[in-house]
Parts: sequence; structure tokens; C-alpha cells
Amino acid sequence: MLWALTALLAFQLAGEALVAWLQLPAPGPVVGMALLFIALIIRGGAPKALAETSRGLLSHLSLMFVPAGVGVTLHLTVLADSGAVIGVALFVSTLAAIAVTGLAMTWAMRLSKRKGGQE
Amino acid sequence: MSHFTEIWVYLSSSPLLHLTLTLIAYQIGDWAYKRSGGLAVLNPVLLAVAMLVAVLLITDTDYGTFFEGAKFVHFLLGPATVALAIPLYNQLEQVKRSLPALLSSLALGSATGALAAIGIAWALGAGPTVVASIAPKSVTVAIAMGVSAEIGGLPSLTAMLVLLTGITGAMFGPALLHLLCVRDSRAKGLALGAASHGIGTARAVQIDETAGAFSGIAMGLNGLLTAAMLPLIWRWLF
Repeated sequence: MLWALTALLAFQLAGEALVAWLQLPAPGPVVGMALLFIALIIRGGAPKALAETSRGLLSHLSLMFVPAGVGVTLHLTVLADSGAVIGVALFVSTLAAIAVTGLAMTWAMRLSKRKGGQE
Repeated sequence: MSHFTEIWVYLSSSPLLHLTLTLIAYQIGDWAYKRSGGLAVLNPVLLAVAMLVAVLLITDTDYGTFFEGAKFVHFLLGPATVALAIPLYNQLEQVKRSLPALLSSLALGSATGALAAIGIAWALGAGPTVVASIAPKSVTVAIAMGVSAEIGGLPSLTAMLVLLTGITGAMFGPALLHLLCVRDSRAKGLALGAASHGIGTARAVQIDETAGAFSGIAMGLNGLLTAAMLPLIWRWLF
């Protein structure tokens, strides 16, 4: 558990360092995730302790949104000013993304099935 | 009464109070969500945030004081994001098989979501800070906040918009996909994960295992794609 947590933090730290060093346009933890992903491919799987700790951490992922979400108190004036605009933009763009992704995936899989006879 | 006030002043100056309140609020939210049988509007994060905002407003506590306690929970987002590499790796074989279809649909959907959000907000007259805060709304919060900060948005506003996007997708996504005759679980999962990250993925898991797996992949890949591409597109647009 402690070892696994240390490993996750070490990958995050490596990610942060790489972002600072190479001026990457991505957040440090995301680069850390990519590094861990590469390490898993090289190693051919995750050690049991790391898989368990990660599962535990990810099962409470939504809790971790809460502190940042409460930051809405900082933006009550922004919301009062442009709440309607934000609402429309969020609603329409989210449904558009779902529709486009779902339809594109359906058609693309149909296409590759027809072409190669496999999926 | 003054004695009570003294104790309150003492406790609220320590991070312990707001850390505990955060955990309690989330667990109440989670309990209500599960009791309702997973009703999307009773999203545990939304409930917890609403309760905590009410407490802060009633007790006249500023966000900085609250965050002194809540930051210990917030900090875990970093290692949790790194941990997403493991489910991504576990689903590697399944992803490989439909990789070309998956990648092209995801890129299309991801671009549609971000550009539609930017375009609509801008057309309706939102300021540049608000537009920048909306743009990365479809990816998991840790990534979205990083991208938002990078393109000149407000990370804490983005966090809230990410949350609302997730709930919107989870609430209306499955019905919309049904309406559009999307029946394949891989397509359904990919769409929910690409548009509504973790909250969409939680909904996709309820459809079936394949939808859940593809939603997780879409969430991870869209996170990487958005983190890499959105700042570049933003610089090109503005």
C-alpha cells in the first residue's frame, strides 16, 4: 500500500518534472499517467499492490472533485452574470459530443466490418 | 453562547474541521444517491458541493479557509490520475481490436464538444475567461483544471463546469443515443466517456461491462488528447 502510493507519487513527480523541463502543454499528473502506462507495457502488467491501491483510489475518484467543486463560491458573480450562457453552451455541446462520438463509432465499426470482414 | 462561538472559532481555524465536513458531506451525498437507486440528479458530488457551499455561506467562511482542510482530499487527484493508467492497460487488448474506429470517432467527438462549447459561449457573448473555462469541460477534472489554467481560464470554475457536464451527459446521454439508434455498447460507452468523463463512465458501467470499458478508455484518451491538443487549438483560434 505504502509502496504503491509512493510509486504513484513518483510517477506524478516524474510527470511534473518532465512538463517543467520540456515545457509540455499537458498537466503533470497526465504525463505521469502516460509514463506509468508505458512502464506497464514494458513490464507486462501491474504489480498486485499497485493494482489494488489504484482500484481503491479510483473508487473514490468522485470525492476528489468535491473541494474544487466548492470553489463555485468564488464564482457566484460569474454565474449570476453568465449562468444562462454557460448552461446553454454546456448542454448543447455535451449532447453534440455524445451524438457525434456515438454515431461516428457506429459507422466506423460498420465500415471496418464491411472492409476487412472483422472488427 | 459566547463559549460556543469560542469553540467554533477555535475549530474553524484548524484544517481538521473542513476536511471532516468534506468527507461527511460526500458520504451523505453518496448515501442519498445509492438510496435513490442511482438517480442522476442526486449525483453525490453535486449534493456534497451544494451542502458545503451552504455551510460556507451560512457560517460566512471563505473558500481559502475551507480549502486549507479540503486540500488533503484535493491532493489525491494527482496520484488518482496517474492510477488511471492501470484500467487503461487492462483494456489494452480490447482497444487494439477497434483502434482505428475508436480513435477517429473519439477525435471527432472530442473536437465537436470543445469547439461547440467555445463557439456557443463566444457567440452568446461570454468573456474570454469564461470561454477558456468551458473549453476543457469534457475531460476528467484534474486534466481539465490544468488545461483551463494553461489557456487562461479559472480552474475552480472549470471544476464546476466539468461536474455539470458529467451530470448532463449521464442524465441525457443514454436517451439521446437510443433516439439516434446507437445500439452497440462500444459506441455507447465511447460516447459517454468522451463527453462526460468519470460521471459518464459511471453511467456506462450500468449499461454493461463493454460500455463501461470503452467509456473508461474514452475518458483516458480524451484526457490525453485534450491536454495535448486544446492549448494548441486555443493559441491558433485566439
